[in-house]
Amino acid sequence: MRINYPGTIRIVRLPCTGKVDIIHILRAFEKGADGVYVVGCLEGECRFENGNLQARKRVDQAKMILDTIGIGGERVWMYNLSSSDGPRFAEYAVEMTEKIKELGPNPIKLAHKKKAA
Amino acid sequence: MIVAEKKPIEEIIDYVKDFQKLLIAGCNECVTVCEAGGKKEVGILASALRMYFMNEGKKVDIDEVTLERQCDHEYLEEIRDRIDQYDAVLSLACGVGVQFMAEKYFSTPVFPGVNTCFMGAAEERGVWSERCQGCGQCILGKTAGICPISRCAKRLLNGPCGGSTKGKCEISKDLDCAWQLIIDRLKELDRFDEYEQIMPIKDWSTERAGGPRKVVREDVRL
Repeated sequence: MRINYPGTIRIVRLPCTGKVDIIHILRAFEKGADGVYVVGCLEGECRFENGNLQARKRVDQAKMILDTIGIGGERVWMYNLSSSDGPRFAEYAVEMTEKIKELGPNPIKLAHKKKAA
Repeated sequence: MIVAEKKPIEEIIDYVKDFQKLLIAGCNECVTVCEAGGKKEVGILASALRMYFMNEGKKVDIDEVTLERQCDHEYLEEIRDRIDQYDAVLSLACGVGVQFMAEKYFSTPVFPGVNTCFMGAAEERGVWSERCQGCGQCILGKTAGICPISRCAKRLLNGPCGGSTKGKCEISKDLDCAWQLIIDRLKELDRFDEYEQIMPIKDWSTERAGGPRKVVREDVRL
């Protein structure tokens, strides 16, 4: 397909989005990620029945926690697409990158830098 | 098991905001099963608090530990040699664990990270409901295995009351009438004649009304 998507994204492969836990998302922010998005199969099409639905709930909980602690819940997002839908994958990558650019860097990253300086 | 719910992070932050070195202690028993205070929840809370304090520009060191139980000396002893390093402990155990921790480590402030709710069962994933109030004199043998003390809003011993409608309690249409459940099960067990026996007045002195309780078993004491 040779579709391009922003190089700022690091992909973490999982057997199913049902494996995603809140702590994985939080740790990413703790380590300085500006945003995290989970890309699961289309709703109703999970091979393990409800892995992607569980992932959405965990993403929502992570959003809530990040809002409470002042990092911003809008930095976490859940997308659903078919595994063969490459163009949409790239589309979501661009969308998420733009969203995060608008929000600016993760305040934790800035706090780390301040501490180091 | 003892069922607990996570406290809001804001409330926890308010408890611990003035400390510099904090230990978050989970418990591997009931609160792990009801997903309120196990290793996973300790990790999530620790990560959230670390980020909060860092964002606020405060330097707070947060360590994590999950003990097998917080209601037993032997497991609480596991942190004795390092407890002095901490300004405070945030315990995600039930109220029993929090108190036992506070008793054992008298000079260290201990704060609760969960709201302890009741003794109950996991009806399904994510749904827990009360089954026992620890009244000290179990009558389940007379009530077809269904407890009217914990499951009837009025704790009636000879029910149901007039508020029972179509098997539901008057306080909520979602709540089964415990006495309807008892009657249905007595019928199923072919023991409905037992329902006609009037239950005597219960001795509530073994319940919380008699003050804090204690069980002493001389046969197992060392």
